[in-house]
Amino acid sequence: MDLSYEVKDSYAEITAAGRLNMVSAPKLREMVAEVVASGSARIVINLEATGFMDSSGLGALIGCLKAARQAGGDLRIAAVQPQVQMVLGLTSMDKVLTSYPSAAEAFGDD
Amino acid sequence: MTETPRCPDPDGADAPQQRSGSAVQLFGVRLLVLLTLLAGVNYVAWRWLASLNWDAWWIAVPLVAAETYSLIDVLLFGMTVWRLKSRTTPAPAPADATVDVFITTYNEPLELVMTTALAAQKIRHPHSTWILDDGDRPALRQLAAASGLGYVTRSAEWSGMPRHAKAGNLNNALMQTEGEFLLILDADQIPEPDILDKTLGYFNNRKVALVQTPQYFSNVPADDPLGSQAPLFYGPIQQGKDGWNAAFFCGSNAILRREALMQLGLSGYVKETEKSIRRALSASRAAIRKARKASTGESLLIQHTLDEVEAATEEARRRLDAGDSLSEITYRARRRVDQAVQALVLADVSALQADLKEIAAMAPVEVGDAGVPVVTDDAVQRMAARDWSPLGAIESVQAVLDALSVERTDEAQPVMPLATISVTEDMATSMRMHAMGWQSVYHHEVLAYGLAPEDIGTMLTQRLRWAQGTIQVFLRENPLLQRGLKLGQRLMYFATMWTYLSGFAAVVYFAAPIIYLLFGILPVTSLSADFFLRFIPFMVVNQLLFAVAGRGIPTWRGQQYSLALFPTWIKACTTAARNVWFGHPLGFAVTPKDRQSGGPRWGLIRPQIAVSVVLFIASVVGIGRLVAGMSEPIGTLVNVFWVVFDLIVMSILVRAVLYRGYSAGGSGDDPDTSNETSTERALRGPEL
Repeated sequence: MDLSYEVKDSYAEITAAGRLNMVSAPKLREMVAEVVASGSARIVINLEATGFMDSSGLGALIGCLKAARQAGGDLRIAAVQPQVQMVLGLTSMDKVLTSYPSAAEAFGDD
Repeated sequence: MTETPRCPDPDGADAPQQRSGSAVQLFGVRLLVLLTLLAGVNYVAWRWLASLNWDAWWIAVPLVAAETYSLIDVLLFGMTVWRLKSRTTPAPAPADATVDVFITTYNEPLELVMTTALAAQKIRHPHSTWILDDGDRPALRQLAAASGLGYVTRSAEWSGMPRHAKAGNLNNALMQTEGEFLLILDADQIPEPDILDKTLGYFNNRKVALVQTPQYFSNVPADDPLGSQAPLFYGPIQQGKDGWNAAFFCGSNAILRREALMQLGLSGYVKETEKSIRRALSASRAAIRKARKASTGESLLIQHTLDEVEAATEEARRRLDAGDSLSEITYRARRRVDQAVQALVLADVSALQADLKEIAAMAPVEVGDAGVPVVTDDAVQRMAARDWSPLGAIESVQAVLDALSVERTDEAQPVMPLATISVTEDMATSMRMHAMGWQSVYHHEVLAYGLAPEDIGTMLTQRLRWAQGTIQVFLRENPLLQRGLKLGQRLMYFATMWTYLSGFAAVVYFAAPIIYLLFGILPVTSLSADFFLRFIPFMVVNQLLFAVAGRGIPTWRGQQYSLALFPTWIKACTTAARNVWFGHPLGFAVTPKDRQSGGPRWGLIRPQIAVSVVLFIASVVGIGRLVAGMSEPIGTLVNVFWVVFDLIVMSILVRAVLYRGYSAGGSGDDPDTSNETSTERALRGPEL
């Protein structure tokens, strides 16, 4: 999994390309911690290039959401692909997380 | 039938082994189950309908109820073994399966932990070995590092949060590791090098989430005075449950699929979060109303703030009904309240002049041009922040706002894969897995060797914990009511829970002969041929069923303890019920790590001694009454027979109290060789 981030005007965008699974989940958590520590607690995870996610990946998203919220910000997900959407539904995580069409729209109304 | 793998048997010990069940045996078992059903219903129905001595209803009804309890118990056992499953060797382990081996410890001797850890390191299939040290011992950390072993302690998030014992220890480690599969070992369970080679193949079936292997103890003499081995449970019972896809997790010597655990953790998280938000919203109206009443006459600021909070919670409620996501709902509610508070604080700064002195200590005040202290923007933000906001003063409203969150602030981790509703997290976890549609496997071959308690005190504490945990699960997540479980699975979990109610039946079984022998009061109308013709066939097929299903394994010790530990089972039920219903602590002592020094601890079995003495006196009196012509011979004979049976059953406790620990030589009386080996051991109580 390739992880990178870019700080935009009102949020930081993390791009996660590849498989977000039990192996890469800790790395995502580390990156979010780093971004939050650098002062951007409003984070969008761009999942456009995330072809696969397992429950550990979802667990990492929850951990990251908590970290962002505790720093006074928020964490949102964007551009969810079909497999990931299915996993979100299977675990009823779609009740918790809204998936926004694109990273730009994630904090669009806020 | 295909030949099943046999376990390595280095010491020639009588460890349970894979036996290939045969169609003939299964036929015999099923025939005996049917006969037990017929004979049992024939007897108990007659007891209810035609034999009750209503003049002595106060003992007649409890006795027939106890007998009905026992009939249900044996029928659940019959249902279990009806599907006795003898598995054949699974496919070879996939070479690329990644595995974390977890060794859980809290306060066990370091040498013991390291012995297990080093054996785990030698497991052949590629894996990472981790010591999960809940005792956070620097010496163990060093030992682990010196041997190249992983070492995990609780992360910073756990400070000040509920720790959830072993479940918490495992949940913490799950977040710090990344293997696809997890082999869980208690600190004393020394694994065979091929434990993974022999079990990982089951996971080729992508629905399998759990493979449980037996727990077997190497420090138990052949006569097993403390009833430590569980040949019936780690045998026909788990094999039968396996046939119903209900073999369950027993805390150690099991391999779990991480994906299944994480899925459990996630769905638990969603459920808990939604529940807590709904609860907060339904409590919000009352909280705001209460706050308004309490704050009449207070500053306008508080009144306005309350208006905003009310508007925010109303909006959250609307959004929740509309199906918006929980993160969005909580974010908006929080933001709306925060913004409103900030605006109000800004507009009302003058009202805060009184606080300036206090704030000065935090140095946010600057001296303005005119020499008058002014409040900086930063200070306004600080005051609007949660701890300083006017809402901080209104606890009930603040509690509502705190609960309107997706961070699960009352737990160290939002996602808790292993269930934390019980001190037996293992059973609760596998039940939830089954309810989600995952499958489990019981692999009947000893692949790890552990250490059982070596004194009655530790043994009793351990049995109490298991019983309490099981009853907690029963009361919190009753398997009969769990959605997602098949009927067979419900009954398999229920069967285990049912066995723990045996303490109440035991009291009645002791009371009935005492009452007859002392006072001549018989709970049945007569001990005629009718009684014996119905009772004896039931008893005979019942015992035959255990013998055939057990294939000659020793079950007598288990039967003895299931009756003799009646005070433990009763205490477990009452303490667990008080815990679940009224929030009382379970109140068990921490299992003593080392064997208690000093003499035999007769005090631990005081209730059993008292009952035995009364049983004995009752027999003497009963025989005296017979001699004096005050009672009839058959009644006396039958009841004296029961007394003798009860005394033989309870005699095991005398040996248990006098037991001085295990010594490999077999004499069993050298305390010095083994006083470090008593650890808390997993064992299922009456089912053994």
